[in-house]
Amino acid sequence: MSLNALPLKIPDVTVRVLSYIRGALSVKTLEGVASVVAFVALWQAAVFVQVPYISNLPYPADVWNSFAEAARTENYWISWAASLKRIFVSFLVAQALGIPLGLFMGMSRSFKQILFPVFEIVRPIPPIAWIPLAILFWPTEELSIYALTFIGPFFVIVLNVMQGVASIDVSLKRAALSLGARRIDIFWKIMLPGALPSILTGMTVGIGVAWNVLIAAEMIAGHTGLGRMTWEAYTNGNIPLIIVGMASIGLAGYLCSGVVRFIGQRCMPWKNRF
Amino acid sequence: MVSLRVDCAWESCKGHGFFGWSRNRGLERRVADESAVMTGSPTRQTGSISIRNVSKTYDPAGACVTAVEHCSFDIEAGQFATIVGPSGCGKTTLLNAIAGFDTISSGEILIDGAVISSEKKQIRPGPDRVVVFQNGALFPWKTMMDNIVYGPVRQKRMTRHDAERIAVELLKRVGLVGVQDKYPGDVSSGMQRRAEILRALINQPIVMLLDEPFRALDAVTKSVMHRFLLGLFDDSPRTTLFITHDLEEAIFLADKVIVMTTRPARVKIVLEVDLPRPRTMGITRSERFRQIKESLLEVVHEEALKAFQSGEREMA
Repeated sequence: MSLNALPLKIPDVTVRVLSYIRGALSVKTLEGVASVVAFVALWQAAVFVQVPYISNLPYPADVWNSFAEAARTENYWISWAASLKRIFVSFLVAQALGIPLGLFMGMSRSFKQILFPVFEIVRPIPPIAWIPLAILFWPTEELSIYALTFIGPFFVIVLNVMQGVASIDVSLKRAALSLGARRIDIFWKIMLPGALPSILTGMTVGIGVAWNVLIAAEMIAGHTGLGRMTWEAYTNGNIPLIIVGMASIGLAGYLCSGVVRFIGQRCMPWKNRF
Repeated sequence: MVSLRVDCAWESCKGHGFFGWSRNRGLERRVADESAVMTGSPTRQTGSISIRNVSKTYDPAGACVTAVEHCSFDIEAGQFATIVGPSGCGKTTLLNAIAGFDTISSGEILIDGAVISSEKKQIRPGPDRVVVFQNGALFPWKTMMDNIVYGPVRQKRMTRHDAERIAVELLKRVGLVGVQDKYPGDVSSGMQRRAEILRALINQPIVMLLDEPFRALDAVTKSVMHRFLLGLFDDSPRTTLFITHDLEEAIFLADKVIVMTTRPARVKIVLEVDLPRPRTMGITRSERFRQIKESLLEVVHEEALKAFQSGEREMA
């Protein structure tokens, strides 16, 4: 008997929680858990049988203990907060500037002809190569980290949006005009939703790039953050803590991608999969 | 019910000055439109198209490709005309000019005797000349219902509520039930095409322009679509220009078949199709249909051969 058929009126929240639990126990989730468990087991085995070089690694249990210890300190959570805040602000600014720029470059030929050459020369410079200039240029280290974390996703998003706009079928635009749309409608009702899949692809790739740059910037220029924590663990020779730092960065990146994907699904109900 | 509505309109008119008045006009038109869509009789029997000596040259400065050359024909109001011709011969160029997507280099295009397009003039695209496109142009991010009501709601000719009511009625009539809340990507291509034609029709266009709308459909779906389109046409005949390269389709649907030559496109011949309406599939086996098809085949074959040879020349 399905839940909805019960004579009792079950509150919406309960139904939702139950469906989350059902989702959490799905085959896909179990497969994911199994994969992580297998990885840890393999690691344990590799250290145990003294595989050359890998034997330098600590056991998973040591790393776990190191994590438990770190998690009790305030510093660890401050690092999380610092990194997440930097990602959030820089990524948001990159989207806020990059999406409109990409839209305009995709729609206006002259706009593109003016900007694109410069854009194409600046774009291939790896964001990490901006570090020296950023440190010299910005008054505070915090600002230089923000700026660096902004540059990475910015180019990715502009390029994606631009191509997304260019690939919108001209029939859609013509159909809208033929049905009585005004020019302003073409932008908001055709170009924007039409470019949305590309915007979200850009965001997914961009958030990964943002984490790349952030960690590098923190290691070189920062005082806080997950990247800094990992670097300090290295300078102190604390191998388990290095791995805790790496795993934390991985988890943080995974969570951020999850959020982006979630937003994507919410914004584009017409796409079954994203 | 209508009188009650007019009262409301009057109230808004008194209360809001000019805007009240324009809203009032909108309401009146809405009532008229609604009854027309529901009963299926067009409010006015207009929409004659006249193509007079039209030529279209792309890139006049450089390569100078002539797509259409000295093209002339007439479509009477309420007539169903099909244009056939080799692929890429410039049929779509003509349709785009009527729709207002493109300009012409010389000549004139008239609708109901008024010049809408000439060397100096390009009409804006609008809901009086709605186009149904070759590869389908339903907005993928809108549900089927939102797609269909887009025109009248956008033009503020109907409220969303009224438009949806009419849309439901139309959907029911063409056997599309339970797809309103789906996205175009989730329904079959035949359903998409039907919805797209309804999206055009709900605007009560003076002229319907269809650019090979059934090209990508399989033979079975295609014949179902023919019956659907003819049903709508018989309900309310309105001037229709239908581009195709399927000869049987061209004859079966049309009052008039216009055969175009290979590029640059000229009118090769205009064939009147005198088969009685309403038409059923059976008519394709009639003697008259066979005769028309044979004469059409002869002309088209000649053109195809020319296209083939000119292609060979270009290769050599």
